[in-house]
Amino acid sequence: MDWQGQKLAEQLMQILLLIAAVVAFVVGYATESFRTMMLIYAGGVVLTTLITIPNWPCFNRHPLKWLDPSEAEKYPKPEVVAVSSKKKSSKK
Amino acid sequence: MHSFGYRANALLTFAVTILAFICAIASFSDKFSNQTPSAQIQILNINWFQKQPHGNDEVSLTLNVTADLQSLFTWNTKQVFAFVAAEYETSKNALNQVSLWDAIIPEKEHAKFWIQISNKYRFIDQGHNLRGKDFNLTLHWHVMPKTGKMFADKIVMSGYQLPNAYR
Repeated sequence: MDWQGQKLAEQLMQILLLIAAVVAFVVGYATESFRTMMLIYAGGVVLTTLITIPNWPCFNRHPLKWLDPSEAEKYPKPEVVAVSSKKKSSKK
Repeated sequence: MHSFGYRANALLTFAVTILAFICAIASFSDKFSNQTPSAQIQILNINWFQKQPHGNDEVSLTLNVTADLQSLFTWNTKQVFAFVAAEYETSKNALNQVSLWDAIIPEKEHAKFWIQISNKYRFIDQGHNLRGKDFNLTLHWHVMPKTGKMFADKIVMSGYQLPNAYR
């Protein structure tokens, strides 16, 4: 998931869980059934899990722009030679 | 939210926190219920009244308990525990409470009942003070919720007296 997608997924998760909780409480209170409330809430949690956790394509609409390989070759990384010479000097 | 595990953890934590809030609100909603329980206890017969070998008095009664505890049940009630206690005063103790009978009421339909029974638990005094004693019969109940605080209350019925001599 890209950064925008992560933000969207997090917001979606919070809102969906809150809505599930409110709906569950209202329906449970109206029907005087504790069991109904728990079942609706559990259903809401499962639904939220299915929507926000997997990597759906809608969360990947703003993919990260990695640096082009041809650009990277213009600035080569410095070679790591200094380590071996330092070791020789310490042994003396 | 960098990986499945991270998102799953966040979701689960939030879900359980909200569940705690739902249960707290459900428990709070109990305050809005109107509770009007009623009860009556009649002593039909004193079966026997003796002094035990250790010197303590013991009584056996037949009770007729009529009660309507239906209004105590809300959507958040798991069960109601009711018991009948005999309460009296002696020179040794300011208050003696002896439980004579109890019952667990799991549903509203069973909360309106009429039962005729001899005492389930023995009515034994600490000493031999029961002759001619005035006592109250109190119906106590504890309402046990599905979530939240348990609360208890009682109805006191007074005017009962034990006979003056052993039978």
